Amino acid sequence: MNCIIIDDEATARAIIGQLCSNENSLTVLEDFPNAMQAIKFLNQNEIDLIFLDIHMPDFTGFDFIETLKNPPKIVLTTSDPNFAIQAFEYDCIVDYLVKPITPERFNKAIQKAEVTNHNSTTSLPAEKVENSSGNDLYVNIDRRLIKIDIPSIYLVEAKGDYINVKTEGKNYTVHSTLKKIADKLPDDLFLKVHRSYIINVDKIIDIEDNSVLIKKDVIPVSRSNRSELMKRLNLL
Amino acid sequence: MEEPNLSYIHSMSGGDKAFEQKLIDIIKGEFPEEKVEYYNNLKLNNYKLAADNVHKLKHKISILGLEKSYDTAVAFENNLLEESTELQDEFESILKTITNYLQQL
Repeated sequence: MNCIIIDDEATARAIIGQLCSNENSLTVLEDFPNAMQAIKFLNQNEIDLIFLDIHMPDFTGFDFIETLKNPPKIVLTTSDPNFAIQAFEYDCIVDYLVKPITPERFNKAIQKAEVTNHNSTTSLPAEKVENSSGNDLYVNIDRRLIKIDIPSIYLVEAKGDYINVKTEGKNYTVHSTLKKIADKLPDDLFLKVHRSYIINVDKIIDIEDNSVLIKKDVIPVSRSNRSELMKRLNLL
Repeated sequence: MEEPNLSYIHSMSGGDKAFEQKLIDIIKGEFPEEKVEYYNNLKLNNYKLAADNVHKLKHKISILGLEKSYDTAVAFENNLLEESTELQDEFESILKTITNYLQQL
């Protein structure tokens, strides 16, 4: 099985790499300190198995899985056993290894991966669906069309090739651009205040100098966008 | 207080001495960086980021066979997530123990 390792800790990558080298059935093609780099690799390579750390800054292991349209088999690696229940929600996850990983437990995970008859063809990032109507926006995440209530969106932020759509109830990571989603959002409700941020103007809590507070997020406002923002406000 | 050891590294290396040394070198490089980040974040009251640092450090604590210290690190990480610094002294004492141990390797 061709595999990759994703972990922000060099020590963990070295240990998993060594454990893999003791398994004849495994070939480690690459390891990555973050999920974003791995996504680019997955676009160009067929992978059978991913060793994936959950706890990573900016983009967690679960965020990463949500971006995969047709995920290969995944073995989660973590120092935190509390995520085990969440792991059962994903069919692609074949095992869950708690660090420090012992050779015995690692071997068991590989056996599970080998017997799991799971589709392990090319993984592709999810794409935003262009359908939206009324107050709803549909996004494609992991082969599921997920409906988002547009007025519940309070913030959209650009993160490389992805956007984070933050709503009152949940956050969504979608492979798309700020420009594409801006075209789908009503102009009277949403405003691009910075090259990386679109905000729901109704959700502003306060404005201070060159930033706005929305929920708990402090969002920068570009000088060029500030005047448009001020026009939208019902100023006393 | 329990002492760090290389039992885990020996058990997973399959007798590969070159790998053992490579892993020790990686830990010797990564541990001080994570430690500095932790102290900086705590100094700035960035509890969530400090908790992230503790999360990474606790893996090294377990690799070095410090089982009780690992439990302390888990509890301290949870405290930081609740913006409490309870167990800070105990945790930093563990960091000192590991620092001294790595210097001897």
